[in-house]
Amino acid sequence: MFQYNEKVMDHFANPRNVGEIVNADGVGEVGNPVCGDMMTFYIKVKDGKLDDVKFKTFGCGAAIAVSSMVSEMAKGKTLEQAMQISNKDVAKQLGGLPENKLHCSNLGADALHKAIENYRQQHKEI
Amino acid sequence: MENKNFIYLDNASSTKADDRVIEEMLPFIKEHYGNPSSVHQAGADVREGIENARVKVSELIGANPEEIYFTSCGSESNNFALIGIAEANQSKGRHIITSAIEHLSILNPLKDLQKKGYEASILTVDKDGFVNPQDIKKAIRPDTILISIMHANNEIGTIQKIKEISEIAKSAGVIFHSDGVATAGIIELDVNELGMDALSFSSQQMYGPKGSAALYVRKGVRIKPFILGGVQEKGRRAGTENAPGIAGFGKACEIAKLEMKSINERLVILRDKLIKGIMDNIKEVTLNGSMESRLPGNVHVSFEYIEGESIVLFLNMQGITVATGSSCASQALKVSHVCTSIGLSQATAQGSILFSIGKYNTEADIEKVIEVLPPIIDKLRKMSPLYKG
Repeated sequence: MFQYNEKVMDHFANPRNVGEIVNADGVGEVGNPVCGDMMTFYIKVKDGKLDDVKFKTFGCGAAIAVSSMVSEMAKGKTLEQAMQISNKDVAKQLGGLPENKLHCSNLGADALHKAIENYRQQHKEI
Repeated sequence: MENKNFIYLDNASSTKADDRVIEEMLPFIKEHYGNPSSVHQAGADVREGIENARVKVSELIGANPEEIYFTSCGSESNNFALIGIAEANQSKGRHIITSAIEHLSILNPLKDLQKKGYEASILTVDKDGFVNPQDIKKAIRPDTILISIMHANNEIGTIQKIKEISEIAKSAGVIFHSDGVATAGIIELDVNELGMDALSFSSQQMYGPKGSAALYVRKGVRIKPFILGGVQEKGRRAGTENAPGIAGFGKACEIAKLEMKSINERLVILRDKLIKGIMDNIKEVTLNGSMESRLPGNVHVSFEYIEGESIVLFLNMQGITVATGSSCASQALKVSHVCTSIGLSQATAQGSILFSIGKYNTEADIEKVIEVLPPIIDKLRKMSPLYKG
């Protein structure tokens, strides 16, 4: 319970950018309910940049906080920059995560990258 | 933690020690600190305290004091019973029968015994968590030496048909052990009436201290020593006795025996109020376990589309303490085996919450839960990719 720091608890209790984007330019889904975590990221791209990022997450406190942090970090970045965001960066931005939570939190950046790849597949010229 | 808004609803995990229990323990920390095995007066005073407690502990379950072995926790009692009885009786056979929803302190040593050549029949349970006594009858073989079925499940609260099971064991001449950690000191339990040959039970679940538990072993049942060393606990569990813990355990048993009935009359009302409050105010939620044969303080529910640790965290922010069977919240990162054994899907099991009500809870506590829970569930569902409502 008291394994999460204040920053993680803040992103868990007040997650940023929760929701879906209707007519999203890219959608990325990772995880499944069996392992306990599932995330879907939605992106809107404008001029090669992430104009909007939203997510929906089924999972523990860490999973929700990670999703929130990823969405914040990604917004406004170019696709290349967003692809550089690693799961480690996210954990670092959150001020660290408990050891046994790292695995379920690794999904955050993966889901974002999947959404970007999904966008790129539809827009091969970029 | 001790603020007036703190609502503790995790009594199945551990309970707040009764003040009268703490009073009973203090002299065995402050004044009577001798070694109970010593012959001098300082030792004799401690010995007397331990033996007085042994009488009270035995009286709670209708046993004789010499049939009580003090241990350090419920898990130790379960290990002691399973391994000790299996090894002491292996000349008769090496087959053990148990259920899929036993505590891990039964299932894990059983795996170890299987590696050593023992065989096990691990029986499935129905959707309410009942072991079918007829399944036990069918599983018995000429080489069956032990049947171990818990009295009630600590998670879903289902109280087993123990008498039927023990009669089957008795007529087959098989030793019957029961894990009574969730029931002893909570509901009526008489080892003779229920036909138990061995019973594990623990102090911390009945408003006593942690680090103190017992194994009842019926006179005549063979069991191998669990800790080797001196002659404490008749040589079957060596090591200096936890005198303060044992004194507290004795007091907890004495209080439980006297007050159990009136406590339970109140707990059942609170339990049913909470169940109704959840069911009336939240959609797509399942009550797990049996409604007819259920522990008085147990409310175990599964909320669809969301994960348990998140629910626990949000409730904790409101000062409400509950437990979950979700994989994320467990150190082993596995979803509760009890939840999957009663047929819940992995996804549904992830959203399981146990509210375990205890004697210090009030009606206001339950009302507060009913008030704050629906918006939490709603918030998490709106965040969930699985929720389409």
